[in-house]
Amino acid sequence: MNQPFLDRVANGPVVIADGGLGGILIERGVRPGGCPEALVLSQPDLLREVAADYLAAGAEVVQTNTFGGSPLKLAAYGLDDRTEEINSRAVELVREVVRGRAYVCGSCGPCGRVLEPYGDIAPDEVRAGFRRQIGALVEAGVDVLCIETMIDLAEAKLAIRAARDVSADIPVMATMTFDATPRGFYTIMGNDVPAAAAGLAGAGADVVGSNCGNGIEKMVAIAREFRQQTTEPLVIQPNAGVPKMVDGRAVYSESPEFMAQHAAELLELGVDVIGGCCGTTPAHTAALKRALRI
Amino acid sequence: MEVLAKIAAELQRGEDESVRSLTQAALDQSVEADRILNEGLIAGMQVVGDRFHVHEIFLPEVLLAARAMNAGLEILKPHLGRTSVGASGTVVIGTVQGDLHDIGKNLVGIMLGAAGFEVIDLGRDVSPEQFVDAARERGADVIGMSALLTTTMPAMKRVVALLKEQDLDASVRTVIGGAPVTQEYAREIGADGYGFDAAHAVDCVRSLVGQA
Repeated sequence: MNQPFLDRVANGPVVIADGGLGGILIERGVRPGGCPEALVLSQPDLLREVAADYLAAGAEVVQTNTFGGSPLKLAAYGLDDRTEEINSRAVELVREVVRGRAYVCGSCGPCGRVLEPYGDIAPDEVRAGFRRQIGALVEAGVDVLCIETMIDLAEAKLAIRAARDVSADIPVMATMTFDATPRGFYTIMGNDVPAAAAGLAGAGADVVGSNCGNGIEKMVAIAREFRQQTTEPLVIQPNAGVPKMVDGRAVYSESPEFMAQHAAELLELGVDVIGGCCGTTPAHTAALKRALRI
Repeated sequence: MEVLAKIAAELQRGEDESVRSLTQAALDQSVEADRILNEGLIAGMQVVGDRFHVHEIFLPEVLLAARAMNAGLEILKPHLGRTSVGASGTVVIGTVQGDLHDIGKNLVGIMLGAAGFEVIDLGRDVSPEQFVDAARERGADVIGMSALLTTTMPAMKRVVALLKEQDLDASVRTVIGGAPVTQEYAREIGADGYGFDAAHAVDCVRSLVGQA
């Protein structure tokens, strides 16, 4: 990549990011139940393969397998003392595959605990945990971070601040997951789009938006709300619809073509980075690329 | 009764200290423990559940209310007669194997306890065998299973199958819930009930035990 990520976003055209990972790993034989992030140690070839498929499909941003890489989350598997090793190995795997042809994006999901006063963990502990994870990701050379699937704005802000503790200039994308309610879009913790747009950018994110959720059509509505609230660059990464269980497997209903067709509306709204979340595949990436003619 | 309305109101505001002291005050005024439970704590939690269901309030308020409910229950428990604790039935609950999410499961446990069920909480990452063994050993009426991930949902099916294998499916009913879980999925795997939220899960358990 010749230009730094944020220059690329500013100069356009829209950046196509990769899609889901978990579902593909299961399709390719990973048994659910273990620590997904530990696959960077036990099955590096499989992760290289998925990264290569996304690169071949035209993704310009390829994510690391570090969604649950905070030590607070890894502790559930007794792996918190390997936080640095897991996160840095995950970056190396993607970097080896993309070799400068795509941006390596460090994924950072929720820590899995509820913050005080509603839950039992202190904000400082959460921030310190994210600092360890993000420190390892940045040290290993990610081009950009994606703090994602956040449902608690307070936790999202702690993760962004942890990123800023680590580095003043590492590009940070931050996205939250909203439910459609009769009163509008809210996270389960009660944060709406205006609060997210202001809060994420205020804490230091460079690109803000939404991921996961209930499919592309609702995402277009969420993107519209974000655009009304902020002039910051926007990132939108929808699920391929709501999963349905068929013969014990999660099946997502939205085809690559369906998603790509609606993604044109995201473009009209001035969304800067478009990718996918759960249920999306390299085929979705390729369809986005074709439909948006980039 | 004024003190009961106050308990319900303070519980809705998530004020655990007030709920604790008001529950004690009600006992000191010789209000029956069952009435404090039903007309104070449960009445308050019911409103919280209803408002959460229509998205008037969100998870933080529910978590605080649940904590306040627990504070009241701690005071009340020694005073509830045998007829109250566990009188409604026994429920084994847990988050299924491979799944570590327990916010929803914990809420269901609190609400079931408040509704007079004896609750045996097996925690997170519970194997099908653990569910079934616990249900058999404790003579449970219902197994309640929670999952947040599509990847762990199939473990629910194994519990239903295991109950059948051991000829326990007539005496032990199953209720499932969690974000990706649907009524359709419950039907597909042969679970007896599906709770779309904590309050509804309790209704579901209640109706299944009523039938048994």
